[in-house]
Amino acid sequence: MTSRTRPLSPHLGIYRWQIGNTLSILHRITGLALGLGLLALTFWLVSLAGGEESYRTAARCFASPVGLVCLFGWTFSFLYHLFNGIRHLCWDVGLGFERTQRHASGWLAVLAAVCATLAAWVLLWQGGRL
Amino acid sequence: MSLRSPLGRVLGLGSAKDGTAHWWAQRVSAVALIPLTLWFFWSLLLLPTLDYATVQTWLSVPLSAFLAVLLVAVTAYHSYLGTNVVVEDYVHAHAAKLFLMLLLRFLYVLCGGAGIFAILRIALLPSP
Repeated sequence: MTSRTRPLSPHLGIYRWQIGNTLSILHRITGLALGLGLLALTFWLVSLAGGEESYRTAARCFASPVGLVCLFGWTFSFLYHLFNGIRHLCWDVGLGFERTQRHASGWLAVLAAVCATLAAWVLLWQGGRL
Repeated sequence: MSLRSPLGRVLGLGSAKDGTAHWWAQRVSAVALIPLTLWFFWSLLLLPTLDYATVQTWLSVPLSAFLAVLLVAVTAYHSYLGTNVVVEDYVHAHAAKLFLMLLLRFLYVLCGGAGIFAILRIALLPSP
């Protein structure tokens, strides 16, 4: 049999990058990040159960520059995954499928996540807990 | 009369009869996580400080401990379902896929179990 170049269905690269697929990918990435967040949460809980000494060690880890960047990332990941997840649940019951609604709810989820993340960190910072 | 080929039947191809179960479990756990995660997030933000005594006292309250146990359990389950789909989508080599999916299952049970045990330790025993 001779091998010929056969017609292929379009690869992913041919599609225009737009809000729908971007937010979908971001949902998955934040979900994976939150999986790592669960590890951190477990570490925090176990060190809390271990007593004051181990809790202080864990708290020092979280208060380090790398720790703070991770906590900030997890805050955004949680809030975005929450808001976009609600958006997905609305679709599951058949709401908000129109093009304009999809775009509006998408931007709303991103905006709400960014605002809520900043608000939470301002609250933490003002309370002197950082 | 079945239209499936004998070879397909021997290889166990075709419907697994539980196609919607995974999808449905993902949604149900997602709905449960909305109040649970919001409660946890709010509680941490509203604590006056995040030092040992404050957090330990907060998590010793039966309601906090109970909700925290539910949070860890449902989060581990939801995250397990999600990462499982990611592995299924991107890992195509059969051995690697099987290995990763089993590894994830063990890790999530380990993680969830450790978290829940820690909360019970905090809530039920005096602080060490």
